[in-house]
Amino acid sequence: MQVRAENISKNYASMAALDDVSLTVQSGELVALLGPSGSGKTTLLRTIAGLETPDSGVVYFNDRDAAESRIQDRGVGFVFQHYALFKHMRVMDNIAFGLRARRKNKPKEADIKNKVMELLDLVQLSGLEKRFPSQLSGGQRQRVALARALAIEPSVLLLDEPFGALDARVRKDLRRWLREIHERTGHTTLFVTHDQEEALELADRVVVMSKGKIEQSATPDEIYDTPATPFVFSFIGESSVIPVVVGNGRATLDERLIDLQVGNLPDGPAQLFLRPEDVAMVTDGGPGIPGLVVSTRRIGGNRRVTMECGLARHRIEFDAPAEVPIANSQRLQVRIIGGRVYGAGEEGYETEKLAASATSDFKWAKAEGWLDR
Amino acid sequence: MSASAPDGARASRWRRRSVLPGFGLSLGYTIAYLSLVVLIPLAGLGIRSATLGWNEFWAIAFDPRVTSALELSFGAAMVAAIINTIFGVLVAWVLVRYKFPGRRWLDAAVDLPFALPTAVAGIALATLYAPNGPFGIALESLFGVKVGFTSFGVTMALIFVGLPFVVRTVQPVLEEIDRETEEVSATLGAGRWRTVTRVILPGMLPAILTGFALSFARGVGEYGSVIFIASNLPYVSEIAPLLIVIKLEEHNYAGATAIATIMLVISFAMLFVINLLQAWSRKWFGHE
Repeated sequence: MQVRAENISKNYASMAALDDVSLTVQSGELVALLGPSGSGKTTLLRTIAGLETPDSGVVYFNDRDAAESRIQDRGVGFVFQHYALFKHMRVMDNIAFGLRARRKNKPKEADIKNKVMELLDLVQLSGLEKRFPSQLSGGQRQRVALARALAIEPSVLLLDEPFGALDARVRKDLRRWLREIHERTGHTTLFVTHDQEEALELADRVVVMSKGKIEQSATPDEIYDTPATPFVFSFIGESSVIPVVVGNGRATLDERLIDLQVGNLPDGPAQLFLRPEDVAMVTDGGPGIPGLVVSTRRIGGNRRVTMECGLARHRIEFDAPAEVPIANSQRLQVRIIGGRVYGAGEEGYETEKLAASATSDFKWAKAEGWLDR
Repeated sequence: MSASAPDGARASRWRRRSVLPGFGLSLGYTIAYLSLVVLIPLAGLGIRSATLGWNEFWAIAFDPRVTSALELSFGAAMVAAIINTIFGVLVAWVLVRYKFPGRRWLDAAVDLPFALPTAVAGIALATLYAPNGPFGIALESLFGVKVGFTSFGVTMALIFVGLPFVVRTVQPVLEEIDRETEEVSATLGAGRWRTVTRVILPGMLPAILTGFALSFARGVGEYGSVIFIASNLPYVSEIAPLLIVIKLEEHNYAGATAIATIMLVISFAMLFVINLLQAWSRKWFGHE
């Protein structure tokens, strides 16, 4: 089933949750809606499910206007972050709920039972059918919720931060497992997440949202390698931002030329977005940007170096091999070998202050509004 | 429990390690307090009525006036509690789920039967529903129903005093109910009726039973609000608590305590059953 949302707008108390958003999910596709909280991703998901009514715009399931049918008849499987299991029902009754609620061609009780057992097997919970939700772990509960949604053979599967309430390890397992289930069942699936790793790993296509608009909709590779906007660049992966000046098709930092294509940006101030791998230490004595090491920390096989560079002492981060000793306050030269330059007019994700210490978690916390620095 | 610890053998099997110790002290205090305030007076009641001897006790217990008063008290309390349960849940639902002008006023008004002296409530009801009161006249001429001075009137008064018990026990539970479960139920194809009866109500059942029990218990013991509207005709609208008062006024203390003891036993048995039902419903619906 193809799902098409066209020109959806939705306002909450004069704040635009969705601003003229259009999105198409092809039949059988697994799409992630990624963005910080308040970006409208959950509202979009709920609108597609029929749990919210848009102020304007239409949702089509194939070529049918979904507004013509009640939520009950839309055939969407919806999974909530906090499972929303029926606490007073055993696992099997939870899963059978949708089948028993059917008015037309309601299956026989024996068939329901078989179907439930099949689903329990699919979500790897066989043997737990007599338990109550309170007797299950978080990961198990979410799997029950998924089995319950799958039981009605939904035309679309919608998941709202399905792994958000689980700890990191369970989250990783379930992610892989969801991918497997998707490959086996082939449901058109749309899920919401604020975890970029989850989106990039799981989805065929990632839709990055911010402030009620879609910033970019592309494959995980494209999202990472060619972010369409500064927001996408800084929301995905780690990044540092330094102001540069564009002139004659080249970017300069403190009048030092940076060897980067700037496309057809107009002359004037611009911003250079860098990932840690876009910066390399100069070891051969060649030209480079001088800087002062502020701090280092070990990340896997590399050493992540935070450095102040340029006259205005902008902080950037880059990776150096772990075997190269680097001390705090050491002077270094670096060369910029990648990154993207965005014009000053383009609205970015305000990371400059954070760039020094922004682990993705920290950045995420800021996006969530936990840190208002 | 870490019974394997060396000093664990000394700890009783009721005892559990906790960051807030004081099991012995708090249990001791609870028992002493309950004894002083509840158990000893009630035991006194039993002892007092025991001075009667079996024959006299049974004579009082099966006195037709007493049995009809007991029947009325428990019957009317039961009917009132059932009605209160239905409408109390509805009131709680409206108060929790909908925003409308005057909601806070309505919310506060629910507590009035708690706050009013019950005699005031009784007089107000009697004025309205007595055969010559405005509602009394209307009901009798329209439906031929007599409310004042009948068992109807008694039930009416008990509904009035019992309503807040149901509303106030159900309300917080309703507030806790997760909207998402309702939304899931709808996406799974369940209609409104199914969502209410299969998803929402079962979760509320323990609270509803508590409200029912409280409303019932209050109804059995209610006195002030009933006596005015009932006008206390023996065999028709005379409630057991009033009969006790009458016996007391006749200085028939043994007779009064006998009726009281019977009420006590029946009440305790019924509340015990309700508690069992509650425990069962908690278990059945996976609350524990």
